Amino acid sequence: MSLLEIRDLKVTFGGLDALSGLNFHVDEGEIVSVIGPNGAGKTTFFNAISGLVPPTEGEIEFEGESIVGLDPSIVTSLGIARTFQNVRLFPNMTVLENVMVAQHCRTTQLLVGALLQTKAFKKEEREIRERAEEVLGFFGHRLIGYRMDQPAFALSYANRRRLEIARAMATQPRMLLLDEPVAGMNPIETIELTEMIGRLRTEWGFTIVVIEHDMKVVRDVSDRVVVLDHGVPIAQGSYDEVSTDPDVIEAYLGRPVEAAS
Amino acid sequence: MNVRVAPAPSSILDQDWSKVLRWGLICGGALIAICLVGMPVEMDRRILVERYLSLGYLSVLCIPVLVGWVASTQVVLEGVEARKQGLFDLVTGFVVGAIGGGCLALLMVALDSWNLRDPLVNWSPKLLRFLTYENGMGFGAVAWIVTGAVLGLAGASFRVMPRAVRRFTTFVLFGLISLSILESVIDDLSEGFRLEWLDEFMYAKKGGLTLTSVIVIGAVIGVLSLVADGRMKAATERYRNLEGVERQKTSIVLFVVVAVLCIVLPMFLGKIVNELLANVGLFLLLALGLNIVVGLAGLLDLGYVAFFAVGGYTTAVLTSPNSPWFAPELHFGFALIFVVIFATITGLVIGAPVIRMRGDYLAIVTLGFGEIIRLLFMSDWLGPYFGGAQGVTNIPGVDLGFATVKGTDPRSVFYLVLFFCAIAIYVSWRLQASRLGRAWMAIREDEQVAEAMGINTVSSKLMAFVVGAVLASFSGAVLAAKVGSVFPTSFMILVSIIILVVVIVGGMGNIAGVMVGSFVLIGVLGGPKQPGLLQEFQNFKLLIYGLLLVFMMLKRPEGLVPSARRSRELHQEEFLQDAWLQDDKLDSDDEVSVSDGGGEEQ
Repeated sequence: MSLLEIRDLKVTFGGLDALSGLNFHVDEGEIVSVIGPNGAGKTTFFNAISGLVPPTEGEIEFEGESIVGLDPSIVTSLGIARTFQNVRLFPNMTVLENVMVAQHCRTTQLLVGALLQTKAFKKEEREIRERAEEVLGFFGHRLIGYRMDQPAFALSYANRRRLEIARAMATQPRMLLLDEPVAGMNPIETIELTEMIGRLRTEWGFTIVVIEHDMKVVRDVSDRVVVLDHGVPIAQGSYDEVSTDPDVIEAYLGRPVEAAS
Repeated sequence: MNVRVAPAPSSILDQDWSKVLRWGLICGGALIAICLVGMPVEMDRRILVERYLSLGYLSVLCIPVLVGWVASTQVVLEGVEARKQGLFDLVTGFVVGAIGGGCLALLMVALDSWNLRDPLVNWSPKLLRFLTYENGMGFGAVAWIVTGAVLGLAGASFRVMPRAVRRFTTFVLFGLISLSILESVIDDLSEGFRLEWLDEFMYAKKGGLTLTSVIVIGAVIGVLSLVADGRMKAATERYRNLEGVERQKTSIVLFVVVAVLCIVLPMFLGKIVNELLANVGLFLLLALGLNIVVGLAGLLDLGYVAFFAVGGYTTAVLTSPNSPWFAPELHFGFALIFVVIFATITGLVIGAPVIRMRGDYLAIVTLGFGEIIRLLFMSDWLGPYFGGAQGVTNIPGVDLGFATVKGTDPRSVFYLVLFFCAIAIYVSWRLQASRLGRAWMAIREDEQVAEAMGINTVSSKLMAFVVGAVLASFSGAVLAAKVGSVFPTSFMILVSIIILVVVIVGGMGNIAGVMVGSFVLIGVLGGPKQPGLLQEFQNFKLLIYGLLLVFMMLKRPEGLVPSARRSRELHQEEFLQDAWLQDDKLDSDDEVSVSDGGGEEQ
């Protein structure tokens, strides 16, 4: 059984079909890339999975259970974490706090613990902190050390993207949804992050779905590529299959002149 | 890089005259406005320096100084070295002040020739007498132009003085003004400490400092300011740099000192000051609660007074024998349990429907709920239960066994309030660094993302509402026990607004800031119904609140004592610049390691 199973997913904004009848599945341990021209519905697809946008029709099953209509926070606690295309950190919280707050759904202490400083509270705080440092440590020295206590807005662009991934990792998900993780990074940073996405699977055991425009990244990371256009998948398969598919080329480049006439 | 120097003016008359005129007219406008509002005449009764200065004159005299100071600001561009300020700027201040004084002279002429009393209530012979020093028109007009010019010059001269002199003068001036304002406090203190001779030396019988004491105290403050120069800063710096156990020890010592002061000092204070402190404490308690809701969780609640009212009425009904419908006459302590329960219920009831709204919508809806609660208590429908407009009276004090806390003994009320404030401070402090506190901050930053990161925003926000509600209801309970009665009019919307101003002016999201805010606003200016130190301000309190709010929003939105986070937020650019300068080294590190990683890949 696949980890994530989507059947006939349809999302409509007013009269516009952002997604129309999407079928999709991800197996445990896979890295799947979702590509497609601008406006193809890729981000809407992520929003629908993570519960930010309610689907108009269709079924989304995670580990065999329907997650349609659940609150985003519950979806996250079930094990789906995501990043955002236009980096959305908590800019005035420190780097460390950003990652600590993401463990909210894995922790339980409320008012009483904090006010009485119970043993359980202190233990949990310590664990939250340790886990946060562990997650930040995945990115090497970039996010740990003195940077941990800096506000997130002070980070460089690439570091913000890294922190966003760290924050998603901290929710202890089974599946990561990365929305254009390398957008705006320079070539060296891109190569590095590509390699890290691979390590996220091998070392942390995440199943990963990536939206990406950078074809080199798509080629290097993905087991399978899904191409969306106008809210419907037009091709699926390995990178090589998809990149030679005439429909895909048409979606990206337009129809050749002679065929159009 | 060669540094450019700002072009020097060719002569002292080579002024930017349009700017000078503009500031002069601003000065004049402010002077006329303040006169027509009636502030100077009203406050003329409060004498600051015997025979020489009243609060009324001070309110007029400080304007040319301030405007002169602002007008002589030099615009410094980045990369351009500032011109050394001198005679040129003095002339600016002088002219600005003279124009301001001239406007006042014109007002005098107008006062003398027409009677506009009908629309302008304060257009009175009294104002004219005040302005002419009772010496006739001609004298008054000339005197104001000259005074304005001299004061404008004085304001500008602050820019020209060497640093030490400037420091000396500001300290002396501020010290003297605060001492003369604090007269009643010092009266009280010196009586408590049996130092009446000090009081007699400092203040004249009819109020105000005497001339001799002005000179002596001024000298003392001046010398102190020179001695203390840099030491305060060094001390705080040292404290900040302490680490681990050392820091903990120092913090504990500081805490004990403050705690002992809070407990011992009131014993030496008289009724008036203790009453004042109790009022400050009541509002501090409210402000701390609102600070959690607005400052931490970012929910702009304008109906906060509702919880204050619930606390007050619950205590009133449960403890007063005069409660119209149900009078169990419980002890305050038992009543408090129900206060917490009812505040929680109200928090949930008001919170649940409004919690899904954001920003402005939330503010408006809570504003409505605040009024609804008050009107319910006043309505005919609930009148039989809560006494309607007559309220609930005869609420007993708090019987603690060894002492009774009641309104006639403000010292005991202060201690009770202190106890609750300590709780509120502890709660705010602990929650800030907890799972819940972080969730609140995340919601304040970006609600949708917080939700996507697994935070149940609805329950977290409700929790903030409830914590705030409980703290406010404590304040209401103490108020009921203190005043001995509750009326719907004690819970006007104005209370919500004033608490919000306290939080904003003090420093949102910062406990110390909220404390400073309540002392400055409630202590000095007074609360919605409670007089402050400057009782003469009573009629102008809201005007001053408003002006202060506008000023703070424009010039220092992070508040008097900002939280580190908030000032970073509001001055992001400067912060980024600093971080960037610091970061140079680190960025080069980045490059090295990145190319390492890249190497294998290619």
